[in-house]
Amino acid sequence: MLKINNLHARVEDKEILKGINLTVNAGEVHAIMGPNGSGKSTLASVIAGKEEFEVTKGEVFLEGENLEDTAPEDRAHKGVFLSFQYPVEIPGVSVTNFMKTAINESRKAKGLEDMPAKDMLKLIREKSELLEIDRKFLSRSLNEGFSGGEKKRNEIFQMAMLEPKLAILDETDSGLDIDALRIVANGVNKLKSKDNAVIVITHYQRLLEYIVPDYVHVLHNGKIVKSGDKDLALELEEKGYDWLKQEAAV
Amino acid sequence: MAYTEEELKKELETKEYEYGFYTDIESDTFPNGLNEEIVIAISKKKEEPEWMTLWRLESFKIWKEMVEPEWANVRYEKPDFQAISYYSAPNKKPKYNSLDEVDPELLDTFKKLGISLDEQKKLAGVAVDIVMDSVSVATTFKKTLAEKGIIFCSISEAIKEHPELVKKYIGTVVPQKDNFYAALNSAVFSDGSFCYIPKGVKCPMELSTYFRINQAGTGQFERTLVIADEGSYVSYLEGCTAPSRDENQLHAAVVELIALDDAEIKYSTVQNWFPGNKEGKGGVYNFVTKRGLCEKNAKISWTQVETGSAVTWKYPSCILKGDNSIGEFYSIAVTNNYQQADTGTKMIHLGKNTRSTIISKGISAGKSQNSYRGLVQVNSRAENARNFSQCDSLLMGNECGAHTFPYIEAKNKSAQIEHEATTSKIGEDQIFYCNQRGIDTEKAIALIVNGFSKEVLNKLPMEFAVEAQKLLEISLEGSVG
Ligand SMILES: Nc1ncnc2c1ncn2[C@@H]1O[C@H](COP(=O)(O)OP(=O)(O)OP(=O)(O)O)[C@@H](O)[C@H]1O
Ligand SMILES: [Mg+2]
Repeated sequence: MLKINNLHARVEDKEILKGINLTVNAGEVHAIMGPNGSGKSTLASVIAGKEEFEVTKGEVFLEGENLEDTAPEDRAHKGVFLSFQYPVEIPGVSVTNFMKTAINESRKAKGLEDMPAKDMLKLIREKSELLEIDRKFLSRSLNEGFSGGEKKRNEIFQMAMLEPKLAILDETDSGLDIDALRIVANGVNKLKSKDNAVIVITHYQRLLEYIVPDYVHVLHNGKIVKSGDKDLALELEEKGYDWLKQEAAV
Repeated sequence: MAYTEEELKKELETKEYEYGFYTDIESDTFPNGLNEEIVIAISKKKEEPEWMTLWRLESFKIWKEMVEPEWANVRYEKPDFQAISYYSAPNKKPKYNSLDEVDPELLDTFKKLGISLDEQKKLAGVAVDIVMDSVSVATTFKKTLAEKGIIFCSISEAIKEHPELVKKYIGTVVPQKDNFYAALNSAVFSDGSFCYIPKGVKCPMELSTYFRINQAGTGQFERTLVIADEGSYVSYLEGCTAPSRDENQLHAAVVELIALDDAEIKYSTVQNWFPGNKEGKGGVYNFVTKRGLCEKNAKISWTQVETGSAVTWKYPSCILKGDNSIGEFYSIAVTNNYQQADTGTKMIHLGKNTRSTIISKGISAGKSQNSYRGLVQVNSRAENARNFSQCDSLLMGNECGAHTFPYIEAKNKSAQIEHEATTSKIGEDQIFYCNQRGIDTEKAIALIVNGFSKEVLNKLPMEFAVEAQKLLEISLEGSVG
């Protein structure tokens, strides 16, 4: 599904990613953990194609295709989805209208007609039920005045609508209350299949109890310094990152 | 989606008019320049009664004494008023012999707009009074309207057929001496529309006029007069387009609205005149005076979407003379490249319990300058006047400017005036967010701009709103590198 080779990226003069190697196969769940500022969100943005970051070395492959010259919207059309750590507000554009535009743009890129309104409504109903979202919510301006938790739930609603191949969830758990976390995690699990893959970026073991990862990676200072199975997350919860930082420094 | 040449040609042949063609209509055009003889000649040409001729001459005299205003936040090369021809009338209906006559860039715009005039007419029964160059060429739906006693015709026709109405109202809301361009218009106005809704009549359809500027170097001076008699209602749509031309074209229209007791007038404009090319060359100068007078319990709403013109100078205003009268102004002004717009409104509260609402959305891109200029004036006798103003500016890039000049003059202590203003920028983060969801940058901007303008778009009649949204998209194309 996703293959990242020796990826280096920087913004302005600052090198943030310093040689990332990662392979994610279809059907897998990977967790990425690591201290604040280690480069987790940057990695997610680079995979999604944010132009602010300059890739200086290495490459990202999606289903064998080098994404180097692929615009962010085209990556989205190919099935990359990013649940943002800080979702952006777009005043005056309703969630429904935004989703309708997003879906129809993807369809257009695939040479399909706009989705008929009837199907769109059905899809919206189905997915909003999955995430227990009040339909009234969907006529509000995108993320404007949403609470932190509402924003995150809305991100996963969008993921459910777009049914991506590769979903990257950047700290989707932070801001969610206990019930919301369960609902959102449950939603993600329902969307999981043998044909898609999920990368969850998180600081907490708690989410991983619901969305059980096949692999856990620790990112530190722009590099993956340790990989393991789900037990690594437990170990981190217990011991923190210091021991890994020291190991990495050696 | 793509048109073939054949399809396009066929469509053109069946259409009376489409967005701003330059055609080879034989027109009878006056020599350049302006003097008393020309004013008299215009009046004669139009077979006007003497009172009209005299009114024009009086206006000309006033205009000669005036100087062009300089206070607006716009910079442009002043038109040479002696280099303009003041009259041009088409001799026959347009005929398109070949596609070569049509500016390809313009054809492209039609395609993007995707809405034909015919379609528009079909939608919700829009009656169209087409103003081509300076003379009305066709008026439709006239019969249906006549049955209700509604008069909807060219102003020239009204001067001949309904002189008592024209004489009674023309110049009562925008006097000849009101301003430089209004005086000029009063002297030389070539044509325009006239509309009268009798007492208690609700006009059953949206009335619509399409303007165009056609002949090279012909200034267009439209004069519109809308009278809604007691308890009547009318919704009036005005849309304008112009062909790409290399020289500046002057447009100085005057629109007067009169809403008598308990009457309501909704006046919507979508303006898309040639804004000049990317280097800022060419484009229309749009200096318009629009004003409405509200008698007791009357209401006037101005809604405008301004995307065109090189220089726009325009302040649709309401004089709230009658007690309990209401004035509204909803505006979207988009400037791109080197466009300059200085637009806004004046709400003059004279009567008691008068209310006004101003919602202005300015969108600036490229190297453009976009100014909102608004005056809320509360007279000493206007007890309990209320105003709410909201001016929002959206900037794209670092080279454009947005300016807000709100003036408030309250001479009555009971006045409640609220003003809110915001300025925001389309952020990289917003665009990336949209991109990430599969929406390309061009579309993302359109989405964000439409969201920003929503409160005003919602005020437009349905079929106009669709066109307006597309215009917003087109006019901002290429605004982000
Ligand atoms: N646009 C930018 N300009 C300058 N520095 C940046 C920029 N974006 C990210 N950085 C820096 O890059 C480093 C990595 O940031 P990133 O957001 O990827 O961290 P993170 O691992 O997601 O952290 P957190 O756990 O706090 O979310 C940080 O030091 C950050 O300040
Ligand atoms: Mg982060």
